[in-house]
Amino acid sequence: MTRQQTQRVASALITLVAAVVVLPIVAVIGFIVVEGAPTIGPRFLTTAPSEGMTAGGIGPALLGTVYLTLGTALISMPLAIGAAIYLAEYAGENRLTAAVRLAIVNLAGIPSIVYGLFGLGMFVLFFGLGTSILAGSLTLGLMTLPVVISTAEEAILAVPQEFRLTSLSLGATKWQTIRHHVLPHALPGILTGVILGLSRAAGETAPILFTVAAFYLPELPDSVYDQTMALPYHLYVISTQVPGMPLGLQYGTALTLLLVVLSLTLVASVIRSRVRRRREW
Amino acid sequence: MSLAPSPAPSRDEPVLSIRGLTFAYPDGTAALRDLTLDIPPRQVTVLFGPSRSGKSTLLRLMNRLSDLVEGAHREGTILFRGRDIFAPTVDVSDLRRRISMVFAIPTPLPGSIWDNLTYGPRMAGIRNPDVLADRVERSLRQAALWDEVADRLASSAFALSGGQKQRLCLARSLAMEPEVILLDNPTSGLDPISTVIVEESLSELKREYAIVMVPHSVQQAARLADTAAFLLDGELVEAGPGRPMFTLPADRRTEDYVTGRFG
Repeated sequence: MTRQQTQRVASALITLVAAVVVLPIVAVIGFIVVEGAPTIGPRFLTTAPSEGMTAGGIGPALLGTVYLTLGTALISMPLAIGAAIYLAEYAGENRLTAAVRLAIVNLAGIPSIVYGLFGLGMFVLFFGLGTSILAGSLTLGLMTLPVVISTAEEAILAVPQEFRLTSLSLGATKWQTIRHHVLPHALPGILTGVILGLSRAAGETAPILFTVAAFYLPELPDSVYDQTMALPYHLYVISTQVPGMPLGLQYGTALTLLLVVLSLTLVASVIRSRVRRRREW
Repeated sequence: MSLAPSPAPSRDEPVLSIRGLTFAYPDGTAALRDLTLDIPPRQVTVLFGPSRSGKSTLLRLMNRLSDLVEGAHREGTILFRGRDIFAPTVDVSDLRRRISMVFAIPTPLPGSIWDNLTYGPRMAGIRNPDVLADRVERSLRQAALWDEVADRLASSAFALSGGQKQRLCLARSLAMEPEVILLDNPTSGLDPISTVIVEESLSELKREYAIVMVPHSVQQAARLADTAAFLLDGELVEAGPGRPMFTLPADRRTEDYVTGRFG
């Protein structure tokens, strides 16, 4: 083979590999959109399931997922960003921080069902929160911590060292330096981590299984101590636990869940590009 | 102890007194060895010598930016108007406002020209817009930049040319109303014309401030030095009035260096 032929074969192979990766995603999403789109409408999104869940909509489950995602954000964001600032700016390199880092890497690899069981033991039973939005948000928040901490720390470390040096040389304290010249520049990266974490939290079933999700609960929650339905668990229920489910409802629910996760990602990219455009260096 | 108001110093008392200063980086390389030197007021003191002779390290010790080097080892000390700058009670932020640094590469901070100039004062808690505006104008005039940027203080500091950026950094240091200005090779990246402008503003500034400078070249050292100190391998070879140092150095090594035999 000549070099040109090798080149052609190589680029054909690489294109093929890329196609193998992308095609299933396109196929799955396409299939769900085609099958689910006719079901989705204002009524479907706002009304509660009825007739043994074989009719009606997904209103309570959708709202529950929104609540859980917000709760997760409120719990994990301050903790994770604080931890990232500590690791990147304050903690030196020593055994303690090495242990903390190792723990974070390992936490990221723990299966979500383990978080679910931990949440059951810790928040639901030990702290006596019961199966509630609070317990579920805490569990999901815990699960998203590692990814948010890691990406936020990386974003903070990527801020040029000369900004810190310059700011300090102008008599700013360490915190003033972080507040004015580190966090603003790390913000896009931090937001990426947050949204990555949230979109995972929005779609997970296992962590909410024992901590918050209700099998069937058409009433909307009154407080963070109430149970709620949630989209991923609802999808699981209507796909496996209810006989005689119309397929359209299942696909409609799946598509809604996809759209929730997708819109989170979109919001993140928009915020990110806005913040990036405002800052020039 | 605060570094604040010191009793009126006599006219020629040194502003900074370096006393037996030894500094080693965490990997063990000694950057400075038992160095003793006085920095006089209202003069340009030039620290010169070949690269790695410890000039920049010494400069960074003077306003404790050296604190950022974790695991470094220091002996001896530096007195600022008679007070130990390494004493645990010293407010480092206050010290760095009074002993201000300009780096070799212009380091504008993201934001407008105004943001850059007011950053130091704002971090010190000055909020009054009139005071800030006054500081901005005065420092820009001192750094010979006012005429060029007076009408666009709100535009990005990154839009300035290299020479303007460096004068902005100088003005930014001056806006804190420091007592000592440390200049670490401030003209290294500048064209000859910008270099002249910066050098001229230095000869104005030394009426008010003590200036400690690491020069770009021996020629620049000879042009600017009122007092000169020649460093070699972290040791002070000799120090004294500027002109004789470059025409009739006392030490053979200084002579070899200023005449270009090594370096």
